[in-house]
Amino acid sequence: MAEGMTWTVTDGDKLTQAEIYGEVLSQLGDTYPDLIALTADLATSTKIGRFGKKYPERFINVGIAENSLFGMAAGLAMAGLRPVVSTFAVFTSLRSAEQVRTDICYQNLNVKIISTHAGISFGQAGSTHHCTEDLAVMRSFANMTVIAPADGFETGNALVAALEWPGPVYMRIGRGFEPPVYKDQNYPFAIGRAITMRDGRDVTLIGCGVGVLQAMRAAEVLQAQGLSARVLNMHTIKPIDREAVISAVKETRRIVTIEDHNVYGGLGTAVAEVIVESGKACAFRKLGVPDCFSIVGYPEDLYHHYGFDSDGIVATVGELMRLEIEEDEDWEDEV
Amino acid sequence: MSVSAEEIKGLQKKAWDIRRTIVETTFTCGGSHIGGSLSQTDVLVALYYKYLNVDPKRPDWEDRDRFILSKGHGGIGWASVLGDKGYFDKALLKDFNKTGSPFGMHLDALKVKGCDASTGSLGHGLAIATGLALGARLRNKSFRTYVMMGDGELCEGTVWEAAILACHHRLDNLTAFVDRNGLMIDGPTESITTLEPLDRKFQAFGWETLVIDGHDFAAIGNAIEKAWTIKGRPTVIICNTVKGRCVEMMENVPEWHYGGLNSDLRDKALACIDAHYTKLLG
Repeated sequence: MAEGMTWTVTDGDKLTQAEIYGEVLSQLGDTYPDLIALTADLATSTKIGRFGKKYPERFINVGIAENSLFGMAAGLAMAGLRPVVSTFAVFTSLRSAEQVRTDICYQNLNVKIISTHAGISFGQAGSTHHCTEDLAVMRSFANMTVIAPADGFETGNALVAALEWPGPVYMRIGRGFEPPVYKDQNYPFAIGRAITMRDGRDVTLIGCGVGVLQAMRAAEVLQAQGLSARVLNMHTIKPIDREAVISAVKETRRIVTIEDHNVYGGLGTAVAEVIVESGKACAFRKLGVPDCFSIVGYPEDLYHHYGFDSDGIVATVGELMRLEIEEDEDWEDEV
Repeated sequence: MSVSAEEIKGLQKKAWDIRRTIVETTFTCGGSHIGGSLSQTDVLVALYYKYLNVDPKRPDWEDRDRFILSKGHGGIGWASVLGDKGYFDKALLKDFNKTGSPFGMHLDALKVKGCDASTGSLGHGLAIATGLALGARLRNKSFRTYVMMGDGELCEGTVWEAAILACHHRLDNLTAFVDRNGLMIDGPTESITTLEPLDRKFQAFGWETLVIDGHDFAAIGNAIEKAWTIKGRPTVIICNTVKGRCVEMMENVPEWHYGGLNSDLRDKALACIDAHYTKLLG
């Protein structure tokens, strides 16, 4: 962390990820005089407008023109500025995917993208405003770093880390309030390094974003059932913490991934790639949106409906516990 | 300032060289977007040999003027100019399109010195240029941003998004060119998607709009200099050009959007270019 780069929020446990994002960004304006914030008519919704209120001369609202939003951000970075861009995840990763890829990633420009309303967190809005594809899309762009912070505190920490990280970063956060998994911001956060939220030996639950909260709740229930679940907060989807995944394969032999995203292409797929490349098998399930356009509803109902809330996780772990796992004492010899 | 008769002669000689390089490189690389590279050449020559405040020895100098070729498929023409200017050894152009070469048909800003933006996908350059021009203002920099678009590219809606924004931000440090050669891959622009009245469209978007002969160095120079005097809005210079300019078999022929040359065609093309300039320069 750069010297003097600190932030504070009051009642952070009652704020949304976006509210903390907007607040922290506005507190970093003096630390980064080259920081320029951009949005496309979503200053209020994404909370980037808080920076704009404090630094109006460093705030650009392009109107409803997302492609130019990212094209201009590329140009501003080329002019030596440090653009931070916010719009909804669906617009960043689908409408403007090419500008993000070609204008920003291809030229490896120092642009930080914080997209809100990711996954099905904007449940009532329907599939035009859901985004269960962004991790898959962004993960496939060379030079891009992809982060899905677990809660508001982590959003602040990840923002600070992203501003110091070279090259383009995509960060996705939700829309509404979800209870935080951290009690405050004081814990070590590093891009690319998973955080063990609790240790366990029977199964590892690997979550990102709201999936971490669901995993923590599930671990409590599992504990009451006599099962010991490790919970990993895999806040960075790319570069993924391979070591943490491989340790989970070796030490717990069962892995469940949890994400507010299509089960294809996101966290679960990234974890599966590591498992397969490790040469070792383990019992494995991906939880998320099961390759469909989501129904409308309140987010917590939708998480339950699609089986990636704590109930769904507990049921899935139960299934895995009933599978016969081949015991392998020779792991170390084979690696 | 304006362009003197002597300077015009010098620029014409330079354009002669560049057009020859485009033909030679097209021969060695197996094929190129030669038609549009020949139509854009005179504007690029005027910019790089008279107007752009750049230093090939310091390609990353932060106060340099910026040029973005939004019609990125003209990369072979742009690289011919950059090589001639000394950004890199011109001999490297013989590797154009070859595996591992820094030069592909759309230039990569991270690999080609002097290339200010990686382009190739149409409709991107104006928004990038708008960001650059706005960034210059925010950083109190006096450099100017130039961008050249193709005319077919103007079908892209993103061009008009950026046109609105450049005007909204009153970017008088931004000059855009349209290489109005009238053709896209599949035929004349007006038969595929009507672009006219192009000048009135840009005017309606709030741009200072100039329409010139894009092969007339005096007109190009006057328009570039006129743009410097315009305050409070960006300028677009619509350059009426001929696709395949100076190579008779290619002029106004849509099929020469992209093509290769064998040694006979190369010699024929070079002879055409030489005849054009020999007549022009006496």
